[in-house]
Amino acid sequence: MAAKKSPEKSNVSKDDLLKYYREMLLIRRFEEKAGQLYGMGLIGGFCHLYIGQEAVVVGLEACTKEGDKRITSYRDHGHMLACGMGAKGVMAELTGRSGGYSRGKGGSMHMFSREKHFYGGHGIVGAQVPLGAGLAFADKYKGNDNVTFAYFGDGAANQGQVYETYNMAELWALPVIFVIENNHYAMGTSQARSTKSETLFGRGLAYGIPGEQVDGMDVLAVQAAGAKAVAHCRAGNGPYILEMMTYRYRGHSMSDPAKYRTREEVQKMKDEKDAIEHVRDLLLNAGLASEDDLKTIDKDIKDIVNESAEFAKESPEPELSELYTNIYA
Amino acid sequence: MAIEILMPALSPTMEEGTLAKWLVKEGDTVKSGQIIAEIETDKATMEFEAVDEGVVGRLLVAEGTANVKVNTAIAVLVDAGESLDARAAPAPKAAAPVTAAVVAAPLKAPMAITSKASADWPEGTPMKTMTVREALREAMAEEMRDNPNVMLMGEEVGQYQGAYKISQGLLDEFGPKRIVDTPITEMGFTGIAVGAAWGGLNPIVEFMTFNFALQAIDHILNSAAKTNYMSGGQLGCPIVFRGANGAAARVGAQHSQDFTAWYAAIPGLKVVMPYSAADAKGLLKQAIRDPNPVIFLENEIMYGKSFEVPDIADFTIPFGKAKIWREGTDVTIVSFGIGMTYALEAANLLAADGISAEVIDLRTLRPIDYDTVLASVMKTNRCVTVEEGFPVGSIGDHLASTIMQRAFDYLDAPVVTCTGKDVPMPYAANLEKLALITAAEVVAAVKSVCYR
Repeated sequence: MAAKKSPEKSNVSKDDLLKYYREMLLIRRFEEKAGQLYGMGLIGGFCHLYIGQEAVVVGLEACTKEGDKRITSYRDHGHMLACGMGAKGVMAELTGRSGGYSRGKGGSMHMFSREKHFYGGHGIVGAQVPLGAGLAFADKYKGNDNVTFAYFGDGAANQGQVYETYNMAELWALPVIFVIENNHYAMGTSQARSTKSETLFGRGLAYGIPGEQVDGMDVLAVQAAGAKAVAHCRAGNGPYILEMMTYRYRGHSMSDPAKYRTREEVQKMKDEKDAIEHVRDLLLNAGLASEDDLKTIDKDIKDIVNESAEFAKESPEPELSELYTNIYA
Repeated sequence: MAIEILMPALSPTMEEGTLAKWLVKEGDTVKSGQIIAEIETDKATMEFEAVDEGVVGRLLVAEGTANVKVNTAIAVLVDAGESLDARAAPAPKAAAPVTAAVVAAPLKAPMAITSKASADWPEGTPMKTMTVREALREAMAEEMRDNPNVMLMGEEVGQYQGAYKISQGLLDEFGPKRIVDTPITEMGFTGIAVGAAWGGLNPIVEFMTFNFALQAIDHILNSAAKTNYMSGGQLGCPIVFRGANGAAARVGAQHSQDFTAWYAAIPGLKVVMPYSAADAKGLLKQAIRDPNPVIFLENEIMYGKSFEVPDIADFTIPFGKAKIWREGTDVTIVSFGIGMTYALEAANLLAADGISAEVIDLRTLRPIDYDTVLASVMKTNRCVTVEEGFPVGSIGDHLASTIMQRAFDYLDAPVVTCTGKDVPMPYAANLEKLALITAAEVVAAVKSVCYR
């Protein structure tokens, strides 16, 4: 992976490291629980887990301020937890209950929070890219300095609307950061089988958009690159592209037999590149936290996730009258 | 404590599967994430990972067993050192699913239906003559003066002054921040406009014609129309998509299609198609103020037609209210948009033959003013619909079905639907004329339902 590494001597604080550890662990444990509930038939339809990619959203959320917006694809649970949406509301939406963020009417792929400036959760591959640029358009129109993070995968990177959006975003200097979460597989098709392009961020250069490849398994590298991109956008210099080299441990969705990659490849990533283990090692090796400290965090996270699962099971299904509500604003 | 491992659902539709192979045996220690079995679903053979850690106490289902129902216990995990027989813990119980009762909509009794049609402005209101084009422009300009978040986006809307001159002069008045020329990139700028609406603006998107909106229809349907519902009411989309719809003249099949019935089929959209300049103005102002996505279908041939428009400071027309252009007693003709040209012309010709036609302009196709149509049909007992679109799945089909279900006993003849022909629009002048609906065809349809 030719992506940028985090600085050799990181000046990251203990508090930040503990925060990243906690937030990444929450996503992982939450997703494991979601996978379990899916297996029990409590979650239906499509369910795309974020396990393995946690450092990307946690590192970028560390660069945001109030009013910044985010929008992503259907692999959205991690983004919601990272921007501060409650685990209970997300899990209850997965089970299709009235306590969910969309009152049970959206599901795994369609959740939103006006309060946390999270604009979905989109099931059509690539659609969130112009939509995200539109959020940035509104901020620029109103004259504030907020930025929008538009996340999409290496698969979506081959959709035409992405390049229509690059063209207008640069033309109009929109404050949008295009975050390509390159996990190397578009469902079951590897990047090498989809394109001859060596990098995906490099395509933005044709439109005049600067960008770079980042080690997306290293939360410190993500945070550093994010800070640079945010500064570029907030200063009114237009869009920026971050190609996050990451990896998903689980299948594309719950019904993915994963025959397109070897078990060894997955295991190697888990053993050598795991984002959570990385921060855990940093904390322990530098003496910033003890095993006991981390165990306490682990237990807290487990409790939050278990409570969310209990809530998601107990929250009632939507009233039948909800069928006909919210069709119009 | 013992934990039961249940047969997992590995696809949205899986109800049972084959336990193809165990990769662990009783007594083995299992780690979270370890692959413990291969399970064959309807789609593929999948690896099945353990969620919890422990020692395999029992394998309850032998490998090779087919038709294992989802949620059947297939193995028991125990803690290290715990007895293999200690399988006391019950399987986690799922909350009982509630089955939604399917409630069929009761057939409404065909009675007590009152027309919603009423005058759009008081008697004695001063009037001015203007074209549909001028009315549309005035509506946008007035709303932009009132609300700084209203902006117009599209191809050639600014410097070029509008491909059909609808936006002429707007760039001079409002500047390039609010009158935004886009590259020719419908899918991209439509997505950007929808995002901008979520971000707090009230965009008006001009499609040079609705034929080109096909490139953007994913954002119109999947992004704009459905998100309020999918977000449980959090994310409405206040946006207007407007532009020329239907046939112009001699522009061939790709540039001559009426999309009314397509958009009218989509819950979450509102769909408007004005005929007169007064309706164009009042309905467009209403559309810009509506908190929902509105499809506003114009017609190139109508742009230059002049009508009387009320000279009122703040003139709007609510959606879902049809207009009765001509009262009659023998037959109801229902139309909208440019179809009204043929409907009204036919009514004149029919009057000369002694047939009194009531002519209704629906004006909005979602919502539809069913009550005004039904009240009229209950009076005249006959109905002919007129539109330019294709015959299959037309607005007329929908009206015919509604009238049959709600006013069957009042009908003295089948409802006849007049539409464009079931062919791509030809280029040759004589064939194009044949493909389009004509007043003569409407007259013939009315005579057939009147048995004359």
